[in-house]
Amino acid sequence: MPYRRLTEDLGQRTLLSLAEVGELSLLGWAALAGIFSGKAKLKLTLDQVVKIGYESLPLALAASAFVGMVFAVQVATEFVKFGAGKYVGGIMSIAMARELGPALVGIVIAARVAASITAEIGTMEVTEQIEALQALGSNPVRYLVIPRLIACALMLPILTIAADVIGFLGGYLVGIYVVKINPNEYMETARSLMTMWDVWGGLIKTVIFGCLIAVIACYRGLKTRGGAKGVGAATTSSVVTSLVAIFIANYFLSIAFFK
Amino acid sequence: MIKLINLTKYFGAKKVLEGISYEIKDGTALAVIGPSGCGKSTLLRLLLRIEEPTAGAIEIDGRPLAGLSDDELVAVREKIGMVFQSGALFDSLSVFENVAFALRWRNQLSGREIARVVAEKLALVELTGTEELMPEELSGGMQKRVGIARALASNPSLILYDEPTTGLDPITSVNIENLMIKLSRELKVTSVVVTHVLQTVNRTASQIVMLNDGKFIELGSSEEARRSQNPIVRRFISGGKE
Repeated sequence: MPYRRLTEDLGQRTLLSLAEVGELSLLGWAALAGIFSGKAKLKLTLDQVVKIGYESLPLALAASAFVGMVFAVQVATEFVKFGAGKYVGGIMSIAMARELGPALVGIVIAARVAASITAEIGTMEVTEQIEALQALGSNPVRYLVIPRLIACALMLPILTIAADVIGFLGGYLVGIYVVKINPNEYMETARSLMTMWDVWGGLIKTVIFGCLIAVIACYRGLKTRGGAKGVGAATTSSVVTSLVAIFIANYFLSIAFFK
Repeated sequence: MIKLINLTKYFGAKKVLEGISYEIKDGTALAVIGPSGCGKSTLLRLLLRIEEPTAGAIEIDGRPLAGLSDDELVAVREKIGMVFQSGALFDSLSVFENVAFALRWRNQLSGREIARVVAEKLALVELTGTEELMPEELSGGMQKRVGIARALASNPSLILYDEPTTGLDPITSVNIENLMIKLSRELKVTSVVVTHVLQTVNRTASQIVMLNDGKFIELGSSEEARRSQNPIVRRFISGGKE
């Protein structure tokens, strides 16, 4: 009965996925409750801020600069054909602030940081270090999850501001020196078309992306089983789940904020 | 005193512990023997409430573990030291930071007092001078001894040892056993050792139980265990020769 087995398999996977969503929500809730009841440890949090924010900066900036330049080439070339070259600055600034900056930083952090968090916590799990934490009177949520959640929620918006600026400037350089559009018009339309809400909306999105990445990565790490192979599988799953969560959240947040 | 009351643990359909009732009196060095995978380490996790029992209860000094709040559970765990099979040292922290971990986490002692306690515990396990080393720079035996120093940092009244000598060379095993005997005799600490290494059992335990098919077989002292007529016990002790 292949259909029956297929249906059973599908049902089982659905139940497992729902259970995972439930566990993820509980972990996120426990971490948020811990933060608001003042259980965050400053030194651990600062360590993660440096690790997650500062060390991700070069990659985030490089990615946004090149995406900004490519976007400018494509947009400017087409806009100039229709005599709308002066709007390139406005389009670039809105695109970077609302979508490209937040999404790029989210993707970069999901790839770099989610993998690193899951691999680290997963290795701790399979080598009994998480149990040792508990045995020593500590708590994995306080020691591991809360510092990473704060660091991600804090550093993603900061990285995004830097990425927005660099992407916009990359677009400026390409627009002016490659496509030969007017620099004053580029800056003027950017000023007139972009609103502060475009920037704030984008930054709020990244706070949510940061929370999603941290909780998913920590959850996958804490759920790791089965040695080195398990750590590898958990790390891959963490990156994939974080990326999918970012894409889905980005769609709904964009609709809510900018439609 | 620790009381196991009808303690039962299942992982899915797999039976691990089935209705175990047993009392561990203060100062006892209890060894739990049994083949690999029989549930010995699970018993230690239940004693720390890292795992929850399927049924039954554990009482430590008259307080049931199950009813404790998070803060109360932390207070109970502070009185228990756990030595893990793999050492389970935090690999991103130095030896000093590992031993100081619980003291720093509780934030009740000054830096100077923590340094004094760490030095004292490292001296006890004969590892003075290793404070700045990272776990990967230590041999397996040294990692186990740092694990013991870390477990002792809070002056626990109960120490749980999970396979403390498994996989170590004979000389290192004897050193670890000597340390366990010293702690038991000098510090009067209650201990529960789970192991299948009979030399460790014979040298360190005052009471022995065998975990078989989810139940305890009480064997008494090591001398009494050697005289046991129970065929399961005899087979295990003789290494399958009888």
